Amino acid sequence: MLKKTVLNAAHRATNARMVDFGGWDMPVNYGSQIEEHNAVRNNCGMFDVSHMCPVDVVGADCRKFLSRLVANDVAKLQVSGKALYAAMLNNAGGVIDDLIIYFLTETRFRIVVNAGTAEKDLAWMQAKVAEWQLDVSITQRRDGDNNLGIIAVQGPNARAKVWEVLPQSKAATEGLKAFFAAEVDQYFIASTGYTGEDGYEIMLPAGEAEALWNALKEAGVAPCGLGARDTLRLEAGMNLYGQDMDETVSPLDAGLAWTVAMKDERDFVGKAALTANGQKQQFLGLILLDKGVLRGHQQVITKQGNGEITAGSFSPTLQQSIALARLPLGVALGDEVEVDIRGKLLKAKVVKPVFARNGKSVI
Amino acid sequence: MSNVPANLKYAASHEWMLLNADGSVTVGITDHAQEALGDLVFVELPEVGAHYAAEKEIAVVESVKAAADVYAPISGTVIEVNQAAADAPESVNQDAYAAWLFKMTPDNVADLDKMLDAAAYQAVADAA
Repeated sequence: MLKKTVLNAAHRATNARMVDFGGWDMPVNYGSQIEEHNAVRNNCGMFDVSHMCPVDVVGADCRKFLSRLVANDVAKLQVSGKALYAAMLNNAGGVIDDLIIYFLTETRFRIVVNAGTAEKDLAWMQAKVAEWQLDVSITQRRDGDNNLGIIAVQGPNARAKVWEVLPQSKAATEGLKAFFAAEVDQYFIASTGYTGEDGYEIMLPAGEAEALWNALKEAGVAPCGLGARDTLRLEAGMNLYGQDMDETVSPLDAGLAWTVAMKDERDFVGKAALTANGQKQQFLGLILLDKGVLRGHQQVITKQGNGEITAGSFSPTLQQSIALARLPLGVALGDEVEVDIRGKLLKAKVVKPVFARNGKSVI
Repeated sequence: MSNVPANLKYAASHEWMLLNADGSVTVGITDHAQEALGDLVFVELPEVGAHYAAEKEIAVVESVKAAADVYAPISGTVIEVNQAAADAPESVNQDAYAAWLFKMTPDNVADLDKMLDAAAYQAVADAA
């Protein structure tokens, strides 16, 4: 039995093509994935991401807890509302999950974790609270009483559309720089996203999500499925848990070194393993020079040895195929490599793992 | 719902076939298949002159979402490919029955009689 978000009926009423996404019945598109992708790059689209799990972290030891729990340093969170992207590692330095931490007060933080990893994440967090004997309570906000829906509104016109529908939110959110959140009545509005565009992710009581979804649709915001979400994040060079990294992959090999704060004395789970193992591979972008489509798990042949594509697709913005790949150390930007696609070796160019941002190619 | 023209024959692997007056067979993917795949972005066609046994991989269609093999619905030799479909994969989404992929000369034209008719294929598509 697939789990359903509170917007399931709304998706079906909009002729969504639904798929099983990690046990959730989710829209992959509402017609054309490319049109949805372009709506976000050029105007405004919205995604139901209520399958993702908000987790409230409350108590006197929040900061101490998070400081040990994740590889990024919550000491960077000093202004209320500020958000931090971080990886939660196991003892071997593998990625249990990637998540966003919002700092609200010294005794209240909110984390949003991935859908498919939520149960194991919660169990891990609870175990660490007990092990470290901290004054912290962990409460998931996805299922059951007091659950939240999440709607991501993304694109150059996203802010204006949200203010049109929720005028009371404008004063508190118009000054938000990227990666901040503001609480307005029952709405938790964050300037975060997974598309490489401006916009908001709005958490709200689940019972109100459908009304907001319909109001945004009425205002001309295009419903977008997980298909477009994937090509948008791929173009933006954002990692997808389970594809670009998992518990067997070090964040240093998955392009997440920028989220790992190693330099100071702070200890965190996985730090010793990262220090011992170092970086073994590099996470880079590929652009296919021949005709075809790059896909996850295809082998990449370089002069320095073989690597592997972790995620690939056709880029609607670049109009050619792009990919993220783990490649041997020593491969340089601009190198020409070969990708094995169904036994044929096709040429690809190594680039920085960011392809498009704010409506435009950055290649 | 997807469109299943009555004048065509079908394979359960979602190819359509049209028997031409000269005995050749035109092959494409069905409307149901293009709809399931979503926006097509790449089409790899077989080589003219190559022979394929029935149910062998003969072409590839890729959408933003996934790659899918196209199978030779019957045994035969490729005599022509539709380069226009490879140049504009979206044409298959627009009209899967106009944007054919290849033509083949069947080894045995009677093989076509064993393929699904529109009603039988509709049942396959509905169950998918």
